Amino acid sequence: MSRKLELIVLAILLIFAAQFIYMSSTTDAEYGGADGEAEKVINDITGGTYEPAAKPFWEPPSGEIESLLFGLQAAIGAGVLGYFFGYYRAKKNYENKLGYKENGKSEGDRHSL
Amino acid sequence: MHIMEGFLPTPWWQIWFAVSIPVILFGIHKLNRLVNEKREILPLLAVAGAFIFVLSSLKLPSINGSCSHPTGTGIAAIMFGPAISAVLGIIVLIYQALFLAHGGLMPLGANVFSMGIAGPVVAYLIYKAGMKANLNFYAVVFLATAFGDWATYVTTSVQLALAYPAGDVLTLAGFMSSFGKFAAIFAVTQVPLAIMEGAVSALLFKYVVNVKSDILVEMKVIEDKVVKKLKGISA
Repeated sequence: MSRKLELIVLAILLIFAAQFIYMSSTTDAEYGGADGEAEKVINDITGGTYEPAAKPFWEPPSGEIESLLFGLQAAIGAGVLGYFFGYYRAKKNYENKLGYKENGKSEGDRHSL
Repeated sequence: MHIMEGFLPTPWWQIWFAVSIPVILFGIHKLNRLVNEKREILPLLAVAGAFIFVLSSLKLPSINGSCSHPTGTGIAAIMFGPAISAVLGIIVLIYQALFLAHGGLMPLGANVFSMGIAGPVVAYLIYKAGMKANLNFYAVVFLATAFGDWATYVTTSVQLALAYPAGDVLTLAGFMSSFGKFAAIFAVTQVPLAIMEGAVSALLFKYVVNVKSDILVEMKVIEDKVVKKLKGISA
């Protein structure tokens, strides 16, 4: 199987990783959220008079907890992705190997799940 | 790209809810019909939703020293169309609004519009146009998802500029001036991230085509001959 696309994506990721390492070691960029920047602009435009109309119900009590919850979100997503890719992959594999085909249709499972 | 809780004044947050709710309802209706007709798309739906979950949780550093996250909605838009993407998007937005104080419940309508509707519509249109023009499938997926991501952030800038025009009164000049300021923040941060999102989305599609192309063909996402060509190359 050709790995051309994987290599291209890897190259793109490496370029970004390299510029990140370069930037973070040579400048004192803060790496704050872009949403926070927008907040500053709102302050500028309104001359600092704007008061948020509502506060979030609950804020993560610390940066660590916030990271935990973001990490949890990514983990849930990654778990689901891995499960179904594994499921499809194994299914396809067994169908090819054992010659097992539902309804005689090629490659498919019309009644899965 | 999430507008923070309390930062969208009346009447804008109501307006964006009014715009988004019909799309969400239509999306739920479409989703129900699709799932009833074709049970076998459920895993694919889960994959698209999970992809949004993963990507929108990754706050990536960008070249101007600020962080932002990709949206991941392009995949869902290409597979299921913009209305269903809106439904998947709102799940993530509610999670982040409740547990992370990221986004919020009042601006939820506006955030759903930018991430779940505007971005996916752009991604969907670019995908359809690209496939019609017979471009390389992965290149089209890359372009569609990258531009979908940008469209999300452009939309957010528009929403903020409408709510906060320079000079307090909504005039075209005031709108443009504010829009320029908001877009400048997001553009620099988001351009590289959108490129990454496009690349990763193309890769994900490669794996979906590899293991489960028949569903995509059946849903008319991709034509049979394109699949054959892709597999011919990558087999």
